[in-house]
Amino acid sequence: MKSFAYSRASSNSEALQAVRTRGASFLAGGTNLIDLMKYRVEQPAALVDINHLALAEIKRTEDGGLSIGAMARNSDLANHPLVRANYPLLSQALLSGASPQLRNMASTGGNLMQRTRCYYFTDVSFSACNKRNPGSGCAALEGYNRIHAILGQTDKGAANGETCIAVHPSDMCVAMAALQAKVGVEGRGGKRTIPFAEFHRLPGSDPSRDTTLREGELITSVTLPPARFAKNAFYLKARDRNSYAFALISVAAGLDLDGSTIRSAGLAVGGVAHKPWRVAEAEQSLAGKSATAENFAHAADLLLHGAHGYEHNRFKIELAKQSVVRALTVAAHGTSEVA
Amino acid sequence: MSTHIDKPSLNASSENAREGLPDNVGQDDHASRSGEHLCASARTEPDAEQLEEFKELERHGLLSELSRRRFVQASSALAASLAFGMPSPVEAQEAPHTQTITLQVNGQPQTLSLDTRTSLLDALREYMDLTGAKKGCDHGQCGACTVLIDGHRVNSCLTLAFAAEGARITTIEGLARTPDPKAIEDLSAVQAAFLVHDGYQCGYCTPGQIISATAAIDEQRKGDLSIVSWHNGQSDRPELTDDEIRERMSGNICRCGAYPNIVAAVRAASKGASA
Amino acid sequence: MSLAQDQEQKPDTVKQLDHRYEGIAKVTGKARYAAEFSDPFSKADLVYAFLVQSTIPSGSVKSIDATVATRAPGVISVITPFNAPKLAQGPPQPPARRNLSLLQDASISYNGQPIAVVVAKSLNEAKAAAAMLKIVYTPQPAKLKWEKRLDEARWPKNPGKEPAGNHRGDIHAAFAQAAVTIDNTYITPIQFHNPMETHATIAWWQGDKLTVYDATQYISGVKMSLAKSLNIPVDNVRVIDPLVGGGFGSKGSMWSHVPLCAMAAKVANRPVKLVLDREQMFGLVGARPSTISHIRLAAAQDGTLLGIQHDNVMNVSVLEDFVEHAEGPAKSLYQSGASSVTAKVVEANLGISTFMRAPGEAPGTAVLEIALDELAEKLKMDPIELRLKNYAETDPSHEGRPWSSKHLRECYSQGAEKFGWSARNTVPGQRSDGKWLVGHGMATATYPANRSAAQAIVRLLPGGRMFVASGTQDLGTGTYTIMAQQAAAGLGLDPKMVEVKLGDSTLPKAPVSGGSQSSASVLPAIQDATTQLKLKLIDLAINDAASPLHGLQAADCDVKSGRLISKSQPGKSDGLVELIARNKNQPVEAQGQAEPSEAKDSMSTQSWGAVFAEVGVDRYTGMVKVRRVVGVYDVGVLLNEKTGLNQLMGGMTWGISFATHEHGIVDAATGRIVNGNLAEYHVPVNADVGVLDASVIGIPDLKFNPIGSRGIGEIGITGTAAAIANAIYNATGKRIRQYPITPDKLLMS
Repeated sequence: MKSFAYSRASSNSEALQAVRTRGASFLAGGTNLIDLMKYRVEQPAALVDINHLALAEIKRTEDGGLSIGAMARNSDLANHPLVRANYPLLSQALLSGASPQLRNMASTGGNLMQRTRCYYFTDVSFSACNKRNPGSGCAALEGYNRIHAILGQTDKGAANGETCIAVHPSDMCVAMAALQAKVGVEGRGGKRTIPFAEFHRLPGSDPSRDTTLREGELITSVTLPPARFAKNAFYLKARDRNSYAFALISVAAGLDLDGSTIRSAGLAVGGVAHKPWRVAEAEQSLAGKSATAENFAHAADLLLHGAHGYEHNRFKIELAKQSVVRALTVAAHGTSEVA
Repeated sequence: MSTHIDKPSLNASSENAREGLPDNVGQDDHASRSGEHLCASARTEPDAEQLEEFKELERHGLLSELSRRRFVQASSALAASLAFGMPSPVEAQEAPHTQTITLQVNGQPQTLSLDTRTSLLDALREYMDLTGAKKGCDHGQCGACTVLIDGHRVNSCLTLAFAAEGARITTIEGLARTPDPKAIEDLSAVQAAFLVHDGYQCGYCTPGQIISATAAIDEQRKGDLSIVSWHNGQSDRPELTDDEIRERMSGNICRCGAYPNIVAAVRAASKGASA
Repeated sequence: MSLAQDQEQKPDTVKQLDHRYEGIAKVTGKARYAAEFSDPFSKADLVYAFLVQSTIPSGSVKSIDATVATRAPGVISVITPFNAPKLAQGPPQPPARRNLSLLQDASISYNGQPIAVVVAKSLNEAKAAAAMLKIVYTPQPAKLKWEKRLDEARWPKNPGKEPAGNHRGDIHAAFAQAAVTIDNTYITPIQFHNPMETHATIAWWQGDKLTVYDATQYISGVKMSLAKSLNIPVDNVRVIDPLVGGGFGSKGSMWSHVPLCAMAAKVANRPVKLVLDREQMFGLVGARPSTISHIRLAAAQDGTLLGIQHDNVMNVSVLEDFVEHAEGPAKSLYQSGASSVTAKVVEANLGISTFMRAPGEAPGTAVLEIALDELAEKLKMDPIELRLKNYAETDPSHEGRPWSSKHLRECYSQGAEKFGWSARNTVPGQRSDGKWLVGHGMATATYPANRSAAQAIVRLLPGGRMFVASGTQDLGTGTYTIMAQQAAAGLGLDPKMVEVKLGDSTLPKAPVSGGSQSSASVLPAIQDATTQLKLKLIDLAINDAASPLHGLQAADCDVKSGRLISKSQPGKSDGLVELIARNKNQPVEAQGQAEPSEAKDSMSTQSWGAVFAEVGVDRYTGMVKVRRVVGVYDVGVLLNEKTGLNQLMGGMTWGISFATHEHGIVDAATGRIVNGNLAEYHVPVNADVGVLDASVIGIPDLKFNPIGSRGIGEIGITGTAAAIANAIYNATGKRIRQYPITPDKLLMS
């Protein structure tokens, strides 16, 4: 790990000021940043500890939604009475991720900033990684790509300086995408709100950037709209272990039902792209339809449209389709797999 | 780590490179350092090899603007500092930030002078001689380092010591009923249950398992959910079934495979019994 | 041998400890492992070494510019191939027969090979300085993608414990006559041991004497290998390791970092601690090689096996051959008319392979026992019936010589009963439970029973306490516990009264804790020591005028339940406590030793078991959940119920891991292990392990050794993987012949 200066911020403004030091980063739960610093993927010159900012509150918003402080811990958020009652999808996604220890540490804001688990990104001995070392190529494309993207990737060949097939590893963010959350940020230029779909980005021509957050901006909150899927929601996570493993595929499915007719749906898939994958058309295809396997399969096709796999990850296309149908089917019955 | 791939060459021999270097570095630290210094101080430019590497990389379009800037800065600064025998900015950048810290461990405050990079785990193990918390992976992937911070279980390997300043830290050494436990009566309920149910083999993951189990039982008592609670439709005050225990203890890897006995120990301890 | 005969010869009753000898130390965090000692040297003097590894698979290091690193804060020295002290390395010594990388030349044979050591005042400083090294390589073309170069397979240079080819009977005739045949290829992956305690060494010199704390399964081996590597007298080396945080084979050999740590301590002239990072556990401390097995079975319509053919090809390092004898079980697990097995190797620029829990038998049973299941299905036979039909009453691989003891039949019947085998559905894909497709499968477990020469020392201390010591190791295997029990049993004392010492090379010599042989080797030595001790105590008593036994014949005396007694005069006895008290509280000491009997070559010694598994396969995602496993083992007597069954369940957990999780992945371009950490190299977590039920038949094998016990460290993994694979087939109708069986394979087949 490279040496760094450590300071604690006691207010947002203090934090924003401190992070203006060259090479400074915010330190929240640290579960990903310290990890990557040990691997020398991240090498901040200074850490601004924001764990003591008054940003952990979880409360109802005026419009009946939920405001989540950026420093609310994953475990606290998953177990908050309002989240359990109104946003089971979020609680399930959070509890599907990592381990109890890591969920006690990880913050809401930090979870948004999680970086990819691509082997070729986290091991600095691989020289070709456009995300870590812009312009160097992509070792994953022709390497071992079982955990990699099938949608929204940039694939111009392994030697190309824009290619990136990394996926976003978060579970929480997949639920946040399906719930159409908004991210509140504060920067030198003031405050702004970023719709969730615009927060994470596809690699495009610059895989080094994961998000649209501007330099020096601090995530202060995540806001959820009034609950639509309190009764019918399911987060499905397919993985190599039964716990404590990143998703091969995950699906956040929420249904707003009127009897067996779907008023509206929330649907996002994780483990397939550089960001949680949500296609408005797929959600809309379910509106006004009945909750049947055929309709779910159609939505899955729309969601997975254009998917392209590689040597080791082609299975994800089929797995994602089956998982989407399964998650919607469970959601149509409630919030658990118990029949 | 900066590395450079040289062109394959059939007659390139490592023997050439060995010439001119001391046979036994460190026998006399000062001598070898000053030897290098004499060589290096003659340079005012980045050395030829560095430049060659730089050009080579550039030819292949493998150098971004950013790393190019870094390279130029670093190499010229290095050359300059060596010329004047001053600590180089590279060194200055890497110079450890050492600060004083007071950690509250098992009820005892301890004041230390630590490098800011020090993880709480290394602070405990290397600087406070509390070796109960174990280093299994150093990346939050195994749970051997689990400690309680303000009553919550966390991975101490991913916690900076400085970030834990001011918090109540509990390690395995602080869990027993007596300061110097010698018999089963001196142990906490969870420790006793692990002993009775043989909830370990090599014992290396055990402190983490026991701390984790202690917290898991507390979490269940206050009504916290796990993903198993949701899957089983038990989203209100779930009971601590074996499946719940397995899920809630899944942040602690036991390579020996003592899981069935760990589950038995946690089950017993959660019922207030060791046996 | 009949059951009755076996049961007649029961060994002395051994009182078991209620919990592990070192249990309280382990649950309170006071147990110290190799890297955790801070004495007798001064803690302030201790410095840290970090190992730098190559990032190319083949070629050489052209140069290492350490200018910046050497000047970095805290750095004490940087040792590279260009400045390392020269060693007069002797030939590598078995069983630590390893080709080490000790910076004596700059060549590189695999990605991750040690190429430098940085020593600094703190670990952070050492790691930071390591990243400042400017390393220039001269790469050479690397041999990778070994599985695409099977035409390069050759006979191994050093096949190890068995010859690489073994042929019995007329295999061609067998296939010509067969009514039913099986002909398939099965693949097992590269696996990494990953004990929770990574390899770690603290080394310090006092003049020309070297002491190391080292995480090892073999303190005497490290002592010999260190002396050899550093070219110093073996008596100048002491190795200490009172507790090992797991080993599973990787700590059975001394690897490069140990002498490098000693070298660093010499160069730095201070005690040096070198702990491998988890990522450094994937390559430089060994791996189980991948195996590709071509298996052919020929059977008559009634299930009689006419022929078994198993051709095994695996990857080996370009540095040295290590053979994973996956083909081994095909020779002797079943009676067959003919058998033909071969083991060949393909070189690759990968780290050195080594023994890993149940070397040979783990992958061997994992593949052969799938083939048996396929044969049973083709024959429409119950899998157990097929195995009984071909039950090997004697050892087919050694011209039918007898087994020292074999009760595999009982394993099948008891296991089937406990599991409820008869209630299973024989047609695949027919049973479900919600989202789960449920299936059942079984397989045979087997592992050789090994033992070696060992020595031990015992003392009777004042107050009825005892001391026992042997230079063995406890890897979580319960060695402390069973040593205390064995010593106490010798004098009929309570094992709680026994103090145990092990893990120090100054103690009487014991073998490597590998090959499931520690208890089978060390306990007979303790038994011999307590027998010697008894004689000394009797001698003391009959010559002690104050003893009630004074003047009796030694042959008339014995020690029972902590008292010296006269056999002919039941009323006469003397207390051990009193005897020692009268001896001015001077302890009485005796040494003992034991080695395999002369008879060992006239019989085969092997352990057996039957494993039954129930799995659920998520019909939507292909995720596998192992719901329950029943394992019944014939391992002689179990020395301690708690620790013994725990260890067997640990092995079964490794079987789950083998079947569904572990997979070391090599980057085809660079030879790096791409998933070299515990987040991506999956071993089971608690949620992956359902209900495990391990039990033993418990009939002592007194022909094998006087305590009647065979080792249990490895047999648990054998059979379990195949039982799970067969259960997955039964659940889904999908026959996956490549481990691990992960969702992608189930989904795409």
